[in-house]
Amino acid sequence: MAETVQAPVLHTVPPIALRRRIVNHLMTGVAVFTVILVLAPLIAIFGYLLYRGMGSINWAFLTQTPRPVGEAGGGMANAIVGSAFILALASILGVPIGVGAGIYVAEYGRNRFGDAIRFTADVLNGVPSIVIGIVAYSMVVLYQKHFSALAGGVALAIMMIPTITRTTEDMLLLVPHALREAAYGLGIPRWRATLSITLRTATSGVITGIMLAFARVAGETAPLLFTAFGNQFWNLRANQPTAALPLQIFTYAISPYDEWHRQAWAGALVLIILIVSAVAAVRYVVRRGTFGAA
Amino acid sequence: MANSALNRPDMPGPQPAETTKLTAVPPVAGAVAPHLRANGETGDKIFKFLMLLCGLAVLGVLALIVYELMLRSSLSWHNFGIKFFAGQEWDPVQEHFGALPFIYGTLVSSFLALLIAVPLSVGVAVFTTEMCPKVLRGPLSFFVELLAAIPSVVYGLWAIFVLVPLLSGYIQPFLARTLGWTGFFDGPPYGISMLAAGIILAIMIIPIISSITREVLMVVPQHQREAALALGATRWEMIRVGVLRNARAGIMGGIILGLGRALGETMAVTMVIGNTPQIVKSLFAPGHTMASVLANEFSEATGNVYLSALIEIGLALFLVTIVVNALARLLVWTVTGGQPSRANG
Repeated sequence: MAETVQAPVLHTVPPIALRRRIVNHLMTGVAVFTVILVLAPLIAIFGYLLYRGMGSINWAFLTQTPRPVGEAGGGMANAIVGSAFILALASILGVPIGVGAGIYVAEYGRNRFGDAIRFTADVLNGVPSIVIGIVAYSMVVLYQKHFSALAGGVALAIMMIPTITRTTEDMLLLVPHALREAAYGLGIPRWRATLSITLRTATSGVITGIMLAFARVAGETAPLLFTAFGNQFWNLRANQPTAALPLQIFTYAISPYDEWHRQAWAGALVLIILIVSAVAAVRYVVRRGTFGAA
Repeated sequence: MANSALNRPDMPGPQPAETTKLTAVPPVAGAVAPHLRANGETGDKIFKFLMLLCGLAVLGVLALIVYELMLRSSLSWHNFGIKFFAGQEWDPVQEHFGALPFIYGTLVSSFLALLIAVPLSVGVAVFTTEMCPKVLRGPLSFFVELLAAIPSVVYGLWAIFVLVPLLSGYIQPFLARTLGWTGFFDGPPYGISMLAAGIILAIMIIPIISSITREVLMVVPQHQREAALALGATRWEMIRVGVLRNARAGIMGGIILGLGRALGETMAVTMVIGNTPQIVKSLFAPGHTMASVLANEFSEATGNVYLSALIEIGLALFLVTIVVNALARLLVWTVTGGQPSRANG
């Protein structure tokens, strides 16, 4: 739009001073340069991740548990499953509360109290993940007397709730008011209208919000350090320490062994692939689901 | 928020009136499945109560965080008082704890990150909104936001194996040669350093700052740009006078939100900062931050005082990030009149 204005006017007025023109071009150059500087690490990270990760992933990595130091081979299968387990616990705890709170602020929360919840959710969103780890530690681990998958799940659930609450609210508010009125006009009770009409209409948006929250916590390491703690072996009991993929990457990355570094890269690649494919899969299913219903 | 409230007139109001109207009209009332209406009122009450519980849970979680942190850190507060934040000694064996080196590390690494990230993020945002061809706009913002999707532990991994060798091999010797006299770039170039932490933090907060800046720039009215151009401004002058000046408060908000993220960032920093509690002028020296000491020592902390001191650091970190985030949101709200959408991950 800017160019269309610029062209006719500027040719009729006296030419712009050379200094101003140079500054103009210089600043354009600077802007392009910043873009290059910002994209460079992105490309470097993904490139290096693919390069190191692809070279290190193999079948053993995906199916075996870690071997002792010095022995080649082994993998992170227990950490992959452990991560899925902790994330499932977190989702069971966090998703209903998050969606419920979102429904509350969207449908009943047009008042001071709703604002308070909204603001609290925003504040929670900014709490450092390590602090949430401490809270889960003192809430769960201290009572259970040992580290556990449940504590990790609680920590991640606390991190999921604010994101889900806010996106659910946004999505519910996008549903046209006429739809609600039509439902009330048919004599459908409010709760039923909210669940079957409003929430149903906003399903894909709400699920996208859940996936955003999920993707955000899936790579979290800090809150798991002293909750899930990590484990060299298989574990699927909620009250026992459990391995998690990000934790394992961290442990291996700061270790002095080349073999473990290799595995850390493979783990990082698997982690990113899992996150991206989980999000993509759910989006695909949701899109198909809504089309099928329509 | 203000917008959505506008196009959505108060909805709880009319509802009871409509229900009574329905019962007054026999055919319609009969046509509606009667069991639904019979359940309606109690159902509504139960549903509202359940949703209210979820809403209360959000408030409860925050209250719980504050409560737990204060409860568990009271021992340390009792022992050291306010001097905890001024003490430089961190001696778990003697149980003398002072948090100053960590506060110093957090502040220095975060401000270093801002110093690097702010010009870059604003540059990217200006380029995407004002300069680049429309076709590039979408992909470019997508790629920048992709940076936000990378887990922090992967950043740390990359930093250990790519950034740190790069720093110790090329960048640090260069800085020492050219700027060594300032004292900020002094000492052996190990790579693992405050500088490395600042750089990796900068990379991590660029997507936050630039996406908020972009949003803020996009709400600057088009006529501001046209007015500047009509006065004969070059494109850069138009951006400077018509766009950036109008968006100052919002950009500031984005920067502070980025700061909030940098202050609390844990894993990537822990992996490259060297984890040494000391206050040294040179950025080449290793350091420690409030978040990294928690990550490093919490699960190995023996003794109640030690644990309590660590939790007090957590409490301080929590309070600082809350203040910073509230400030940022206030600033962004004043400009966009709404919520910075999903940019705070």
